[in-house]
Amino acid sequence: MLTHFFQYEFLQNTLYTGLLIGLIAPLLGSFVVVRRLSLIADGLSHVALAGIAFGLFLEKRYGVLFLTPFYSGTLFSVFGAIFIERLRSIYHAYQEIAIPIILSAGVGLSVIFISLADGFNNDLYNYLFGSVSAVSRNDLYGIIIIATIVIVILSIFYKELFMLSFDEEHAKVSGIHAKRIHFLFIVLTALVISASIRIVGVLLVSALMTLPVAASIRIARGFKQTILFSIMFGELAIIIGLISGYYLEIPPGGTIVMVLITSLLLTITLKRVWLNMKRKRAI
Amino acid sequence: MNKSIVQMKNIKYAYEDKMALNNINLTIPTGSFLGLVGPNGGGKTTLIKLILGLIKPQQGQISLFGQDITEFNDWNKIGFVSQKANSFNRGFPATVKEVVSTGLTAQVGYFKFFNQGHRQKIIEAVDLVGMSDYLNQNIGDLSGGQQQRIFIARALVSDPKFLILDEPTVGIDTENVQKFYQLLHKLNSEQNISLLLVSHDVGTMTKYANGVACLNKSIHFHGNTSDFTNLTEHQLSQFYGHDLNIVTHQH
Repeated sequence: MLTHFFQYEFLQNTLYTGLLIGLIAPLLGSFVVVRRLSLIADGLSHVALAGIAFGLFLEKRYGVLFLTPFYSGTLFSVFGAIFIERLRSIYHAYQEIAIPIILSAGVGLSVIFISLADGFNNDLYNYLFGSVSAVSRNDLYGIIIIATIVIVILSIFYKELFMLSFDEEHAKVSGIHAKRIHFLFIVLTALVISASIRIVGVLLVSALMTLPVAASIRIARGFKQTILFSIMFGELAIIIGLISGYYLEIPPGGTIVMVLITSLLLTITLKRVWLNMKRKRAI
Repeated sequence: MNKSIVQMKNIKYAYEDKMALNNINLTIPTGSFLGLVGPNGGGKTTLIKLILGLIKPQQGQISLFGQDITEFNDWNKIGFVSQKANSFNRGFPATVKEVVSTGLTAQVGYFKFFNQGHRQKIIEAVDLVGMSDYLNQNIGDLSGGQQQRIFIARALVSDPKFLILDEPTVGIDTENVQKFYQLLHKLNSEQNISLLLVSHDVGTMTKYANGVACLNKSIHFHGNTSDFTNLTEHQLSQFYGHDLNIVTHQH
């Protein structure tokens, strides 16, 4: 079933991109979920949409080719992350308000750029719901660079990020530079979101970061195992999503999310059955 | 003569226009187990923050291990268990081992990874608090008393000489509170770790601590536990600003 994915270059680009984001989205998503920042992914993906619309607008109106929608989306997403952090420090007592502000700003800008670019086209549809055929070799190189940055930085700062996620106060008392580490984390989140949009689409990108973790957290013992299971769920969903997307000619984003939802329901059920059996044995 | 771990001289600290601590003079000698008592809003947590260097006094001088706090950088010598430690997210998927490892994060430093020696230290710290059977359990699956022991292990893993505990027994049942105090007594007498314990449980605390300081904006009493328990109710009520009875549990 996967033979076509190794035969054609455009499918190779998609497969490699898929496998990379299947690794980095749940990896970073594990930190996003335990830090209770799941909605940030949604906010940033909408800002990335504004960036993509801006890139498409420049391409269509002025023939600008050096700033592709992927790179403009990444740029907007990173600036969105910095803006969220500023808002969170300004509205210290209402930090969650940063999300609707950034989300509505993203949608507002998207509408403006889409209209200026003379409407909704097929390319934008691919960005919204993901596509099997839209990843260029250039996009793949960008995603390889992002994946490398994410893996290296997360490996280096794993212990600090874990400490900050588990007990922020203790991390601060111990002298960990909480603000700097958090800033790094939020920028990485923006990069992962922009890398994932090509495959799963703007509207479903946060699902790839949070659903595998939600499933994994039910059955994992410890944080490292949570990450490992999340990546396994993420990769499984990506592979099924890409294969079904190619053969059924549908955007892969929908299938990926539905596979993840199925894994989530399965883990919830399995955990419940296991707990019931344990309880019965105890009686 | 004992060397002091903490020495505070003429400390004043105010939050905007509200005086939190006024003219504090406090010495904590090496090897002591000092209980810090006082009413809510009396400045106990502020005093701890000053010792931990999280805030700076507006007046006065603090020395830690004989060194001025502004020059002190050996923070690994001080362990801290916060009153918020047991209000963590119980659904957090972290094993006991992972939680205790966070006590070493600052000591290991940036750009470095845990090695075999660090992993051994984690096992030893968990063993010291009697929780070695739970190393690979998720912390959320443990009882409140067991979780509090893990937070002690987290504070102990970096080999501190001085341990500060800010109301660590809140939300723990009486039986586990007793076990908890026995553990503190063991750490103090066998491991030579000096302790500063903030607690409202005056009755139990005075059974195990060897000194008591009563703080209500300023230090109203600082002496050994027998002198403290001999204070009249009237004197105690004056310190606290309201009526107070010391209840001693009999087990």
